[in-house]
Amino acid sequence: MKSDIKLINNEGKRIDGRGPKDIRKIKIEAGVLHRADGSCSLEWGGNKILAAVYGPKEAVPRHTQNNLRAIVQARYNMAAFSVEDRKRPGPDRRSVEISKVISEALERIVLTEQFPRSSIQVNIEVLDAEAGTRCAGLTAAGVALIDAGIPMRDIPVACAAGKIDGQIVLDLGKEEDNFGDADLPVAISPRTGEVLLLQMDGHLTYDEFNEAFDLAVQGCHIVSEIQKQAIIHKYQTIAAEVKE
Amino acid sequence: MTIVPIIKRDYILKLAEQGKRTDGRSFDQYRNIEIETNVVNKAEGSARVKIGNTQVLCGIKMDIGEPFPDTPTTGVMSTAAEFVPLASPDFESGPPREDAIELARVVDRGIRESQVIQLEKLCITPGEKVWLVFIDIHILDYDGNLFDASSLAALAALLTTKVPVSRFLKDLNEKDRDSWQEQLLELYTIPKVDEVPFAVDEANTNPNLIKDFALPMTEPPVSCTAVKINDFVLFDPCFDEEIIADTRLTVATDHKGDIRAMQKGLSGSFSKEEIQKVIKGALDNGQEIRKKLYQSIGK
Repeated sequence: MKSDIKLINNEGKRIDGRGPKDIRKIKIEAGVLHRADGSCSLEWGGNKILAAVYGPKEAVPRHTQNNLRAIVQARYNMAAFSVEDRKRPGPDRRSVEISKVISEALERIVLTEQFPRSSIQVNIEVLDAEAGTRCAGLTAAGVALIDAGIPMRDIPVACAAGKIDGQIVLDLGKEEDNFGDADLPVAISPRTGEVLLLQMDGHLTYDEFNEAFDLAVQGCHIVSEIQKQAIIHKYQTIAAEVKE
Repeated sequence: MTIVPIIKRDYILKLAEQGKRTDGRSFDQYRNIEIETNVVNKAEGSARVKIGNTQVLCGIKMDIGEPFPDTPTTGVMSTAAEFVPLASPDFESGPPREDAIELARVVDRGIRESQVIQLEKLCITPGEKVWLVFIDIHILDYDGNLFDASSLAALAALLTTKVPVSRFLKDLNEKDRDSWQEQLLELYTIPKVDEVPFAVDEANTNPNLIKDFALPMTEPPVSCTAVKINDFVLFDPCFDEEIIADTRLTVATDHKGDIRAMQKGLSGSFSKEEIQKVIKGALDNGQEIRKKLYQSIGK
């Protein structure tokens, strides 16, 4: 979608005042829900996400069971009030697709072979949306899985890069997503660099893709540190409470 | 019933005989209530309510649409509740089940029948354009008493709602503006609507400088819920109490101490004395909750 909106000004600043390689403000908290086995609340720019993990428990209906490993069932859902024009409640084609790619990304990282015939449910609720909800959702899911004590190879993390006004930038904001040239969400396992999720829409040359991909991976590493701090913070708080 | 609730039932009843509850409360005492408003930027109004471990988020969205043919001059409200599987291992995804529908309807009735939203002030062009108010309730963490948490969240969200006039200005033609002008001026200038203890903010008498204004509201009733387990009546049931409850009664009371809505649920029964006891408890707790509600919106 082309428009006359200028996304980068003459001083090289973006609409929200960020430089090309700056990420929006991120706040993560682990263990925020009482009923869930593991949970995480995440704010990423104007996005507010809540993720909850239940399981592992027996996969039902039976035909979904895998005799050798667990299945990961992620469900990405947007609240009716999370977007500008009210969204009809319930799954639409977009959220079904996002649920599927997130499930597949998480299945790669969870040690599913330890829980045959069971299901690990990851519920991602988008309460306030402002571009980049799938990356924010997957990042929150990673922390919620850790909080639930699910054994994993690594803590999965996601971040997007994109192209606006002909320039490669990190973590697209709302206008940049709507009027930019390309969007490239990437999820990785930060320890090994394995790519767990990759999507792109828009238009990039081979060189631009390489630049954007490297930038997205850099972004993932920044977010990964914030994830780890959130988890450490939770256990330090518990440790302090136990001491008292 | 599975084995766990049976064991818990024995425990809860044993405590109740000594006048105690599992979390140390008295029978008519509520858990700690926290109300946080304006939590969702994209919504016209929003509130997160915590009652103990129960957590509910309500968001209000508004749009312009057609009125119903039988009420051509009143705005339209609709309420929906989502029991998302995030909130409880027993909630499943899919279309709303009967629990979610009952909850949404009870919340809707409490607001609609007491005319909490002044829908007649939300008409733009009679028979053609009115404001639509969507109340969406998202259950985030289920530890009992969703009725009170949801209706409180809906009220707090409505009380902070701004009608997004500026965003929809492009959808209003000359005729709409002419038709709405007089009422619009009134909406900006009324200092007090009925007995509402809050004024319409950002009052602006110049219709050329249209700004968003507060949703016109009246004094809302507050609902309180109690359950009966054997012969014990417990207010604000937590999850463990709720699943073993014989019956449940929700009573909404207003600031004058009158009853505005009731709903009995589950298959057990109440005697008249027990109902009176619940109403009395609802009046007392209602006053406290009303205070918290006004504190949360800064009034």
